[in-house]
Amino acid sequence: MKTTASLVFIVALLNGCSSVEPWVKPYERTRLADPIMRFARDPVSAAYDNHIYQVREGARGAEGGEGGGCGCN
Amino acid sequence: MAVTRQASAVLLLALACLPADAAILPEDRADALYHSYDGGGVEVTGPSILVRKGDNKNFSVSANYYVDSISSASIDVVTQGSPYSEQRTQKSLGVDYLHGDTIMSIGYTNSDESDYKADTASFSISQSMFGDLTTVTLGYSRGWDDVMQNGNPTFDETVDRQQYRISLSQILTRSLVMAINYENVTEEGFLSNPYRSDRYLDGAAFVFEPENYPRTRTSNAVALDMKYFLPYRAALGLGYRYYSDDWDIDSHTAQIDYTHPLGERWIFELVGRYYTQSAAEFYSDLFPRQDAQNFRARDKELSRFTDFSFGVGVSYSLLEHAWSHIDRAELSLKYRRFWFDYDNFSDLTTSAPVGQEPAYEFTADVIQLYISAWY
Repeated sequence: MKTTASLVFIVALLNGCSSVEPWVKPYERTRLADPIMRFARDPVSAAYDNHIYQVREGARGAEGGEGGGCGCN
Repeated sequence: MAVTRQASAVLLLALACLPADAAILPEDRADALYHSYDGGGVEVTGPSILVRKGDNKNFSVSANYYVDSISSASIDVVTQGSPYSEQRTQKSLGVDYLHGDTIMSIGYTNSDESDYKADTASFSISQSMFGDLTTVTLGYSRGWDDVMQNGNPTFDETVDRQQYRISLSQILTRSLVMAINYENVTEEGFLSNPYRSDRYLDGAAFVFEPENYPRTRTSNAVALDMKYFLPYRAALGLGYRYYSDDWDIDSHTAQIDYTHPLGERWIFELVGRYYTQSAAEFYSDLFPRQDAQNFRARDKELSRFTDFSFGVGVSYSLLEHAWSHIDRAELSLKYRRFWFDYDNFSDLTTSAPVGQEPAYEFTADVIQLYISAWY
């Protein structure tokens, strides 16, 4: 019964999304499309930055880089 | 059965909610980078070549060739071994496939050095929705590492790694975009460094003994990044990451960056980053006796420390107009300085009495010089 109620709720929620209008229209995204707004403007440089962090710090993950190797002795 | 039907209805409705607007593949570009790291007695230099080309429709392929040429006389090497040089080569290949609002990506990476080999396969699926205001990405990676020890041909260990990622990118206003990333990493196998030792107190002196790490590690990291477009065409970025693992390491990372174009051809960048972490529960700078506990470590990367870095960068647009097949090209130079400050990792190169050595600290200089072309 609980499962059914949850599913009905999710269906209602998702049904509502068909009426979600983008509050930032495509023609209003000029600023966002500017290359300076990218989180990693140059992927080759961002990957290298992440490698430096991964080798010398204990934390890893949620930075968008792939693993592989160490070179950290 | 009823639940199955309802679940199908949920799925159909969810699919019906997805808009017809298309996601886009990354742009075609090639980058050739030279990198240099110099700090704490370690010098690492090498190239990184990254090329991406698509069919202008559904596919985009990327390839990366990366080299670390390492010359190390680090504090660990100086106090526990002898300086060495080696090279690590990493090759990656990735394919992205675009279908409607969905991008599916597969990738493979191989890393090879004389005493460590790593293979990683990855898959991710990215979905744009709500008129491309929101993008959700799910990712999974699996890694297989071979750990060896130079000078000891009988040493042969492995590490298995799994990574789960979920990210949400959200346009908030005409000038503000946000991204939330979560990643879980689990590792199983030989997770310590075969060359490093911990030390224990022996009278008025200390003695080194082999480290012993747990054979499993699970971590969770969550990051929030924001980018804001300033009215005079500049971008301000803010980021924060919280990390926690079952070795009791907790860390906080904060970053701020500023990007400022000047005229049509110059882009200047400033970045500041702060990182702090607690020590692993089995870390000690000086154990009280031999085999004091089952798991032992004295890796500075597992100690309690902070690092801060500050960087500047400049990019110059090389072409005023498109030339042949090249739409535009940029030359970029970045410099970064790191300050590492350890709380409970001692500098054993000093002649202080055992247990009273000063805490270790060092600085590092990082340079990146690269040329990029879009076609």
